[in-house]
Amino acid sequence: MHIPDGFLSVTISVLFWALTAVALATAVRRSQALFDERLAPLAGIMAAFIFAAQMINFPVAGGTSGHLLGGALAAIVLGPWVGMLVMACVIGVQGLLFQDGGLLVMGANIFNMGLVTVVVGYGLYRLANGRNRPTTFIIAGAAAWLSVMAAALFTALQLWLSGTVALNIVVPAMLGVHALIGLGEALITLAALAFIFRVRPDLLGAETTRGGRGWIVAGVTLALAVVLLAPLASASPDGLERVAEDIGFIHTAVAAPYEILPDYTIPFIGSENLSTVVAGAVGVLAVAALALLLIRLTRRSATRP
Amino acid sequence: MQFHALDRYQTGDSFLHRLDPRVKVLGAVAIILATVLLPDGAWLAFLFTWLLLLAISYAAGLGWAYAVIRAFVVLPFLLAAVTVMFSLPGRPLLGLQIGPWQLIITDAGLLRFGSILSRSFLAVQAAILLVAVTRIPDLMHALRHLRLPAVLVAIISFMVRYLTVLGDEVRRLLRAREARSAAVAGHRAGGSLLWRAQVAGHMVGQLFLRSYERSDRLYQAMLARGYRGDWPTSNPHQMESHDWLALCGLLLVLLLGQFIGRL
Repeated sequence: MHIPDGFLSVTISVLFWALTAVALATAVRRSQALFDERLAPLAGIMAAFIFAAQMINFPVAGGTSGHLLGGALAAIVLGPWVGMLVMACVIGVQGLLFQDGGLLVMGANIFNMGLVTVVVGYGLYRLANGRNRPTTFIIAGAAAWLSVMAAALFTALQLWLSGTVALNIVVPAMLGVHALIGLGEALITLAALAFIFRVRPDLLGAETTRGGRGWIVAGVTLALAVVLLAPLASASPDGLERVAEDIGFIHTAVAAPYEILPDYTIPFIGSENLSTVVAGAVGVLAVAALALLLIRLTRRSATRP
Repeated sequence: MQFHALDRYQTGDSFLHRLDPRVKVLGAVAIILATVLLPDGAWLAFLFTWLLLLAISYAAGLGWAYAVIRAFVVLPFLLAAVTVMFSLPGRPLLGLQIGPWQLIITDAGLLRFGSILSRSFLAVQAAILLVAVTRIPDLMHALRHLRLPAVLVAIISFMVRYLTVLGDEVRRLLRAREARSAAVAGHRAGGSLLWRAQVAGHMVGQLFLRSYERSDRLYQAMLARGYRGDWPTSNPHQMESHDWLALCGLLLVLLLGQFIGRL
């Protein structure tokens, strides 16, 4: 999901750098208030941990393998602000030192994989506050899955707004691929959390005691946006004809992205209302199926000595 | 794990290696920005920028092909842009029949695809060259001088320092899993998908705990050595006149490139 330079227009790159800079400035302030001079060694090693954890893969099928992205896990074990800093540093170093993602588009990359994943992951996880362990784990797994989907959706939207791809191609393609990647993310996040719960439960208790309503609202809103907006954006069955129309929008979008979003969404709401509801329901069903899967997993790991 | 791949060339001694790291960071960003700003189909300007990058690579003693070879890392992402060839309306050039779909490559689509390809190919070379001629501590100082918050730079420095340590930790975990995963030839082994994911998840959890405890030990050790939360440096990093000259010269060349692109 790391976008290289050249794929996003300058307008979009600068816009997302600005959003990312504001969010990170707040994250720096809040994290320093929480951890003081302890922050640098803690967050630095945690960033290296996320980077290293992405190297742990597990075979899926036919030679392919899945691995962790880590946004939801970082948010859950470190809290949202430190989670954001850690993910931003991971993506920053991947771009700067390893050319995994560009420099000009780094703002967008950090936004998608560092901020969106943390907000969705942490917001939904807070929903589980005070509930019993299976419920907590189910919600955490769903949070991890949705965090990956939300990041993929934002990546797709940025590519579309930059005129690099057509909307009705990029949204289903990105979300389709990441629905599977997200499943791996959910399973690994869940198993890692279960492990930490068993060995050091004290590390997971501290962050979930007070406040957090804003995070829940933000996380649930973004998650709903994925479930509702994604099918809405890709609900155009007649292929290439449709694309040509979208491209007309894109040329305006590259010049003035703030003008085009309402123009684009309003005509859809009239005609595609029903399909949106259906698609949303499909999304909910998918999450429910995932939840059932996770119950099985957690029950099995709970009964094992 | 060793960082040879990263800093094999950083200890070189060319004019570029000696430049102030700020100039190099700003220069790389300026090259990328200039490349992305070039209009679609500005082939002459793309070629001009590429020649500039090749010249920089040669001047830094890296040889002509250093960045070009490493620039292929962007190839997988090109898959995301391929569809633009068929989806932009324009004069049809070539029709492809793939299964039930008929795809028509248009001139406008091909132009846009080629431009995206060129831009990302050039931009990634600029980033590769930046890392090749700048030592990592210098890069960190440059970020600090460019007004990145001190604690963010400190976090990144710690991260880069401990990447190798935790990379080794991961390697040990992976080796341990390999060692316990013997399979008889011709027989299915390794449990269900869920079980495999669970094993990987436990490894991640294990790695988290080891890292967390390591950060605790590290913090104690830093306190014992007088750490108070600030990061003094003995390197003044003054901008000299040749640094300013290099930066202005580069900006002028990039401006020329913009003119060529808009002829």
